[in-house]
Amino acid sequence: MSTAVAELPQAPSESSVNYLNASYGIKSWLLTTDHKRIALLYLISITFMFVVGGVAATLMRIQLIQPTGAIVDPETYNKLFSIHGIVMVFFFLVPSIPATLGNFLIPMMIGARDVAFPKLNLLSWYLFITGSICMLYAIAAGGVDTGWTFYPPYSSTFSHTHVIAAVAGIFIAGFSSILTGLNFIVTIHKMRAPGMTWFRMPLFLWSMYATSVIFILGTPVIAITLFLMALERLMHVGIFDPAVGGDPLLFQHLFWFYSHPAVYIMILPGMGVISELIPAFSKKHIFGYKAVAYSSMAIAVLSFLVWGHHMFITGQSIYTGLIFSVLSFAVAIPSAIKVFNWTATLYKGSISYNAPMLYALGFIGLFTMGGLTGLFLASLATDVHLNGTYFIVAHFHYIMVGGAVMAYLGGIHYWWPKITGRLYPDAWARFAALVIFIGFNLTFFPQFVLGYLGMPRRYAVYPPEFQVLNVMSSAGATILGVGYVIPLIYLIWSFKYGPVAGPNPWGATGLEWQTPSPPPTENFEEMPVVTHEPYNYPSPEVAVGG
Amino acid sequence: MAEMAQPSHGHDAHVPELVHQFETVEQQREAGTLGMWLFLATEILFFGGMFCSYLVYRSLHPHAFEIGSHLLEVKFGATNTAVLICSSLTMAMAIRSAQTGKSKRTIITYLVITILLGLTFIGVKLYFEWYHDYLEHIVPGFGFQYHADWGSSGPMVQMFMVFYFILTGIHALHMVIGVGILTVMIIMAARGRFSSHYFAPLDISGLYWHFVDIIWIFLFPLLYLIGGRYATGGH
Amino acid sequence: MMSLVQTAFHSIAALAVLIPLHPPTASRIAGEVDQLYYFLTALTLFFTCLIFGCIFVFMIKYRRRSDDDRAQQILGSVPLEVLWTVIPSLICAGIFIWASYLYVRNARPPANATEIFVIGKQWMWHVQHPEGPREIDALHVPVGQAVKLTMTSQDVIHGFFIPAFRVKKAVLPGAYNSIWFKPDQVGTYHLFCTEYCGAGHSKMIGWIYVMKPSDYAAWLAGEMKSQSMAQEGARLFNQLGCATCHVANDTGTAPSLVGIYGKSEPLRDGSTRVVDETLIRQAIIDPNSVLLPHYSPIMPTFKGQVTEEQILQLMAYIKSLGTEERTSTK
Repeated sequence: MSTAVAELPQAPSESSVNYLNASYGIKSWLLTTDHKRIALLYLISITFMFVVGGVAATLMRIQLIQPTGAIVDPETYNKLFSIHGIVMVFFFLVPSIPATLGNFLIPMMIGARDVAFPKLNLLSWYLFITGSICMLYAIAAGGVDTGWTFYPPYSSTFSHTHVIAAVAGIFIAGFSSILTGLNFIVTIHKMRAPGMTWFRMPLFLWSMYATSVIFILGTPVIAITLFLMALERLMHVGIFDPAVGGDPLLFQHLFWFYSHPAVYIMILPGMGVISELIPAFSKKHIFGYKAVAYSSMAIAVLSFLVWGHHMFITGQSIYTGLIFSVLSFAVAIPSAIKVFNWTATLYKGSISYNAPMLYALGFIGLFTMGGLTGLFLASLATDVHLNGTYFIVAHFHYIMVGGAVMAYLGGIHYWWPKITGRLYPDAWARFAALVIFIGFNLTFFPQFVLGYLGMPRRYAVYPPEFQVLNVMSSAGATILGVGYVIPLIYLIWSFKYGPVAGPNPWGATGLEWQTPSPPPTENFEEMPVVTHEPYNYPSPEVAVGG
Repeated sequence: MAEMAQPSHGHDAHVPELVHQFETVEQQREAGTLGMWLFLATEILFFGGMFCSYLVYRSLHPHAFEIGSHLLEVKFGATNTAVLICSSLTMAMAIRSAQTGKSKRTIITYLVITILLGLTFIGVKLYFEWYHDYLEHIVPGFGFQYHADWGSSGPMVQMFMVFYFILTGIHALHMVIGVGILTVMIIMAARGRFSSHYFAPLDISGLYWHFVDIIWIFLFPLLYLIGGRYATGGH
Repeated sequence: MMSLVQTAFHSIAALAVLIPLHPPTASRIAGEVDQLYYFLTALTLFFTCLIFGCIFVFMIKYRRRSDDDRAQQILGSVPLEVLWTVIPSLICAGIFIWASYLYVRNARPPANATEIFVIGKQWMWHVQHPEGPREIDALHVPVGQAVKLTMTSQDVIHGFFIPAFRVKKAVLPGAYNSIWFKPDQVGTYHLFCTEYCGAGHSKMIGWIYVMKPSDYAAWLAGEMKSQSMAQEGARLFNQLGCATCHVANDTGTAPSLVGIYGKSEPLRDGSTRVVDETLIRQAIIDPNSVLLPHYSPIMPTFKGQVTEEQILQLMAYIKSLGTEERTSTK
């Protein structure tokens, strides 16, 4: 192993031409094919959608302070949780890391000038925006009340809300996912710089590759499923309607065939980000590179075989239940391997505690809890009791908010100096990370208990004995909300007023740090040649490990 | 883009069809081909969801699906199958002509024949099949009427017709898109863009066209040819 | 961060006097599920503490002390990778076996279970006892008696959930699902709908009254205004004309229904199906889909002519024919 850090080309970063100041005007952004600008377009769009989903969540938590419902009637509450679910899953979490950090970093990490199909990349963003507009129209026109799961026959026959517009939005945004995944796979296969072999790729790329596989193979199934459901709603042809011979459970099978892998679409990129942050702030090679890389691929494959665990209580046969149960346990193993490897990477490291690292450490802990509580739901006997209760809500949010959102924020903080060329105030960032961690646990831990007590999810009003835990949860949500607002403020501030970052403020390895911040339009002034493995941080004078 | 000229890859920097993010034409062609294969994988899963639903309902209601299948005219389905197989041949000939450096006139001729065959398919589908189905009131959602002979199978016969129209409808949509793509190819060929060194767009369009044909090869037996086993069993 | 989790934990422990940590345990299954649940909770706590503990220790011990600080580069360790693949796999296998054993053992109701029928509709639960009494959003059962619920929905999918018994099942339109339980504690317990079903979803709740057998008998006697379900079914069977063809000694027009419930019947399409609730329902609604080989398809559909409730009554009658025959052959 080489003992020297790769020499950094010390380019005059601030004055030079970069992707941000290469051209000006609204047109230069809306018609850009630069993957970095498209990443920023996505960043702005999904942040907006996050705010929309967040407002719905806030109103839900206020409603649940009182058992009889504090502010709205049940119909409105049903719309709130549906909007929250649909917007957060399809318009924030699914595109979050891939469309922003993935778009920005994949070409830079493999040493390419752009993704394989830049125009397709821009088309993806326009599809996403079109889908978002459909969804926002559904909200503005009066909302949708089916839950993000759209189970028929409620969604197809009984609901009187704007189901079609919402479904159209998801359908269109789905094609954005497919094209993004396609672009990423081709880019990673065909555009790697000389010397960038598969096992010299940063682990973030492995996770993006695994995610893209799910994008490509899962998304078309949800698209056709929602299409059939919409057709059923428009024409009453009976595909999922038992009144005319259809089977509503077929919808659930098709829906979860996508939507369980979709959970991994949301968490795998987060795992990739963490696999970058932990080595960077421990100044240490990742422990077990191949184990982490292969476990990403194992998750992508296994994720397609476990959908039936969402349907243990629908009356599926005992044998079906057993098979899906054992497969669901199997998909837990690669995740466990990752957690152990990240933790082991810290061992004998040289650890500094900048904000991204705090998010990463928080991620490991919360993801561990989220993953382990998944075992309760893979177990047939306990799932029967916990299915459809707040336990599910808590488990899901430990993975999605404690996991995916923490990783997203960690990644944004880590690469922010690269994206903008500016530093943010680290003390504020660390404070925000702490607030988010506390607020998150206070919000969602009580929901595990609520679930075991039997409180069903999607209840606008509830029996009074559940009130104490619900008030705790709502209090935590307040803290969590504040925690999300702080980064929004200082990140925007730093964009204009932050100190200049320089090409490599963290002293990290990786090709993206060997080019100015912000990078030039074509990423590298000279095409890089890769000669070593990733994470080649310096060893002590007397090297022992190996 | 020109300012990013790479001295080490100078020989390719002059190739007009090379876009800036690629180093070589070969890399660009491979990327395009892989991209199309991945897109086709997506398409298989897209149709897969419908095939899967079809199989579930057919295995639950074989009798009704048999009745439904007998509502379709095998002769039109068979004609269209033949038309599509021919169009795949002419598509392959167009690519082969470019590959072997034939004149652009040859390429365009094959492409035009392919498009005409594709339009024939759509025409047969639209007029002889769908329009007549509409007149016979067997289009679900547009005045579908149960026939007395069907007994209580009516709803599931309608279900069969739902699958028939969704599957053939989405397939026909793919045909229309295919015709659009081939029109672009004709324009590119007319401008002399293809040569024995560069015919990647043609190659990739061909992949798509063949894929749409193969989907039909599955649709034809599943929709038109089922039920023979039950036809002799009475009723 | 460790301390944060502990703080969160302590605050919850302190509130434990105000809030229970598990729902009432009112059936044998409930106690068994609780044991598994507590084991999983302990496992979660153990690994969470292990990971947070390691992070915490490493954070302090290996903090970056100066800019010249160098990490000791350790690329990995195959034995360790194997270790932390195999141990979680074994733990998972153990949980799988435990959880599946409980599930499989409790999947089928005992033979002596009383059958009660449940129909879910937006937004209430209809309960019908075989003896005749009907209830809405309430279910009275005797303690110590196994009860099987046969459930269907009149509109959308609902979920029938009794936390105190740790049982739940989706209630589907057009199909029958069943659950069973054997309450062992007298008391009043929650009944919830757990599958989102529209505006009144959170109000589709009710109570399960577990009573002493004597109290239950008294309650039943007091409620006995109408005929039993099987009697109602027999009346319908004649009224709808079923009895014209389905006579007890088969004359070749239609199969005799005596003792047919629970038997396996070869169908005309070559498949063999057990005559269960779903098949009987299908035979009433869509007779041509379940044709028997030796009978002409002359039965008309009764779709739209009978309510879900009446189908259940017919079913109770057909089942009662079965019991009579079984008892007579004994």
